[in-house]
Amino acid sequence: MPDYESHDFDVIVIGAGGAGLRAAIEAQERGLRTALVCKSLLGKAHTVMAEGGAAAAMGNVWPEDNWKVHFRDTMRGGKMLNNWRMAQLHAQEAPDRIYELERWGALFDRTADGRILQRDFGGHRYARLAHVGDRTGLELIRTLQQRAVAVGIEVFMECKVLRLLKDSEGRVSAAVGYWRPSGEFVIFTAKAFVLATGSIGKSWQYTSNSWESTGDGHAMAAWAGADMIDMEFVQFHPTGMVWPLSVRGILVTEGVRGDGGVLRNSEGKRFMFDYIPPMFAAETADTEEEGDRWYDDHTNNRRPPELLPRDEVARSINSEVKGGRGSPHGGVFLDIASRRSAEYIRRRLPSMYHQFKELAGVDITAVPMEVGPTCHYAMGGIRVEADTEASTVPGLFAAGECSGGMHGANRLGGNSLSDLLVFGRRAGIAASDFAEGRTGAPAVADGEIAAVFAEATAPLERSDGESPYDIQRDLQETMQRLVGIIRTESELTEALVELDKLEERCKVLSVSGPRTYNPGWNLATDLPAMLTVSRLTTKGAIVRRESRGGHTRDDYPLPDPELGTVNLVQRVTTDGQYTLDPEPLPQMPAELRTLFEEDAH
Amino acid sequence: MADVTMTVWRGDPSGGAFTDYVMPAVEGEVVLDVLHRIQAGPAPDLACRWNCKAGKCGSCSAEINGRPALMCMTRVDELPVGEPIVVAPMRTFPIIRDLVTDVSFNYTMARQVPPLAPRAPDAPDGTYRMMQIDVERGQEFRKCIECFMCQDVCHVIRDHEENKTQYAGPRMFIRFMELESHPLDTNDRRELLRQKMGLGMCNITKCCTEVCPEHIKITDNAIIPLKERVVDSAYDPVAWLGRKILRRTKRSAAEADADAPAKTHPTSADGPTPTPTAGIAASS
Repeated sequence: MPDYESHDFDVIVIGAGGAGLRAAIEAQERGLRTALVCKSLLGKAHTVMAEGGAAAAMGNVWPEDNWKVHFRDTMRGGKMLNNWRMAQLHAQEAPDRIYELERWGALFDRTADGRILQRDFGGHRYARLAHVGDRTGLELIRTLQQRAVAVGIEVFMECKVLRLLKDSEGRVSAAVGYWRPSGEFVIFTAKAFVLATGSIGKSWQYTSNSWESTGDGHAMAAWAGADMIDMEFVQFHPTGMVWPLSVRGILVTEGVRGDGGVLRNSEGKRFMFDYIPPMFAAETADTEEEGDRWYDDHTNNRRPPELLPRDEVARSINSEVKGGRGSPHGGVFLDIASRRSAEYIRRRLPSMYHQFKELAGVDITAVPMEVGPTCHYAMGGIRVEADTEASTVPGLFAAGECSGGMHGANRLGGNSLSDLLVFGRRAGIAASDFAEGRTGAPAVADGEIAAVFAEATAPLERSDGESPYDIQRDLQETMQRLVGIIRTESELTEALVELDKLEERCKVLSVSGPRTYNPGWNLATDLPAMLTVSRLTTKGAIVRRESRGGHTRDDYPLPDPELGTVNLVQRVTTDGQYTLDPEPLPQMPAELRTLFEEDAH
Repeated sequence: MADVTMTVWRGDPSGGAFTDYVMPAVEGEVVLDVLHRIQAGPAPDLACRWNCKAGKCGSCSAEINGRPALMCMTRVDELPVGEPIVVAPMRTFPIIRDLVTDVSFNYTMARQVPPLAPRAPDAPDGTYRMMQIDVERGQEFRKCIECFMCQDVCHVIRDHEENKTQYAGPRMFIRFMELESHPLDTNDRRELLRQKMGLGMCNITKCCTEVCPEHIKITDNAIIPLKERVVDSAYDPVAWLGRKILRRTKRSAAEADADAPAKTHPTSADGPTPTPTAGIAASS
């Protein structure tokens, strides 16, 4: 077996985005020996790209707002498939988590009377997103990063974790990985592990996600035997850049629409008025005049349809483009230039202004942007207990995007940053409790460690095999084409066949060069997770024969009330087989159900 | 379209050289796109950092045609046509491999900044009131994406490795100024800045400001005001007398210094020098 370095802690957190940082801070502050392990440099995780804001019913702009309204918006946005208890905890605790960031140094934009300003976003009844211009994610990650440093958390940067290993009693006991700079192996043993590894979006061709979003945590949990839920629900954000091709998929914040931007087709028409679904008709404006009045008067007007939940808007854009009414580069127009002053746009949306100016040569204060759907967020993930974020594997917790349940079939914009904080903290508490209660030193078998090392180094020892870049490109093309925004049974079945072929090709991967900072090798070690999450997504998508939230089936265009009562639970068996079982959703208590009965009138 | 020639530094701590890669030009591409195509083709092990590819994370800093820039925000069609594009790693930091450097110096310095110590809340519910105009000063510095190009270009450390033990650099100076101007903060870091962070070594050439991709006025809005405040604090006799006889609202430098987490943290700069292999935690 190759030499390796080893470290022992009470709690290991894998992933240093918002959820991982928040979990680690909590565990460290509770006195546990805590370490944070991340694939990039500290402060570069995908949270940094979040733009619009963090949703929390603080009621600073609209005193009518409260947690019940936020809870209701979240459940309806998720097409009622959310874990109700997670949605409740999220809505109740988000304001405290935002105020906590302020005590740690975050500088949010302010109201006239000096409180935290809140902005409008799709699916939220009231202006609810605490924000800093359009760089809220940067503010959040920097605040947490600085807090993590202040409380003295050990951070292991540029370390890729390959596998989680369990002891003889089935408790997760070690994380095996390697340093990207040196290529040397490392093992972290601990009493409790928190996965906070973010998204799976890199399996698609056009995505807002960075190279890191390869579903490492999703896959490692599944390989360790954890239940996975709702994996078919992948959010395609309605507005990504479409041109130049090299930037296709990069996010354009929903804040553009929250601040007055509208969507138009090639005929100049605000087409979203044609796509208002019955579920949201009662609260959506049906004339442009009413929609425009709403920005200043939420009480007497209904919201414009551009601010419907993301799944609705993404599907509508897709239809317009397919109907031949798209923009020159295959998107639609997002116009804020004709609706707000240049000064306002530059102040509210500075990074969008910068991004379009520098990457596309487009001045968004003068002309419309071209935008189209981009793979953005995984609603599904590791099944967790609502209050503790415990997975179904002892010693393993999950928070943030790699966990499932909170967002149901579709996530509302702004609910991700608050999700990270609320459930990152809760995972930190529960992991600490678990670690304190765990007896005996964590132990794993040498043979299992050696097997992980051998699998990781195999591509380096092979020559004339498959290039990891070729497999990644083919995987992305497959998922984009066959498991994209609109799905159908024959294409999903074809995707499974393609995934089988890709998996075979992965067995003969070869990479050249040394182990030190070798991106080809790094990618080769990311591919197994990418294939696993792609397979989970596709299998779930086949069985969910309905259209709901982020999952749209061309062959089953309507929601199925039966399927609306179940999570699709998937497991990977020890011999690599995938199983799938529908299981009933947790039942919402009667007092919360009444919040939805108001819809009747 | 014509071909694009990219001249990329390849090597490791033992040495290296520039290698030419000739790739077909693609409309609208940035330098990072071309590097990605080189990775997927002729040089699969070409090392570079990147994450967001939208100028928001500060990972892909390099020296392009001799000037520090983000590779994801540098469009190929804005560079001189027909000439090779020279891409080199940041010179101020030790090489790990190819375009990847060991930037742990910056993380070590960040650990020595005494954190925010907020004043008592303004409202009975524990919340604060701050005016937009007051948060905007700090917000300018919080735009920093930690690309470390200001550190790279700063001549105090660019060719003077020995200064790194006593010089925080422009990135950390804006962090100090951010805290100094923070409406809630009660810490006083001025003596720490003067005695240990090397603020006096900066001689205001503004190179840092020129390369900042976020257009933060590092010199004018952070370093110069900090220098003024430090001088006021150290040498003004009235202020000195005031500190002696009046009740202090801010803590002394010694107290602020003692508050810095680096002093107690096992992975501080007091320990062995971190190796690139294990990032900032390698010394534990």
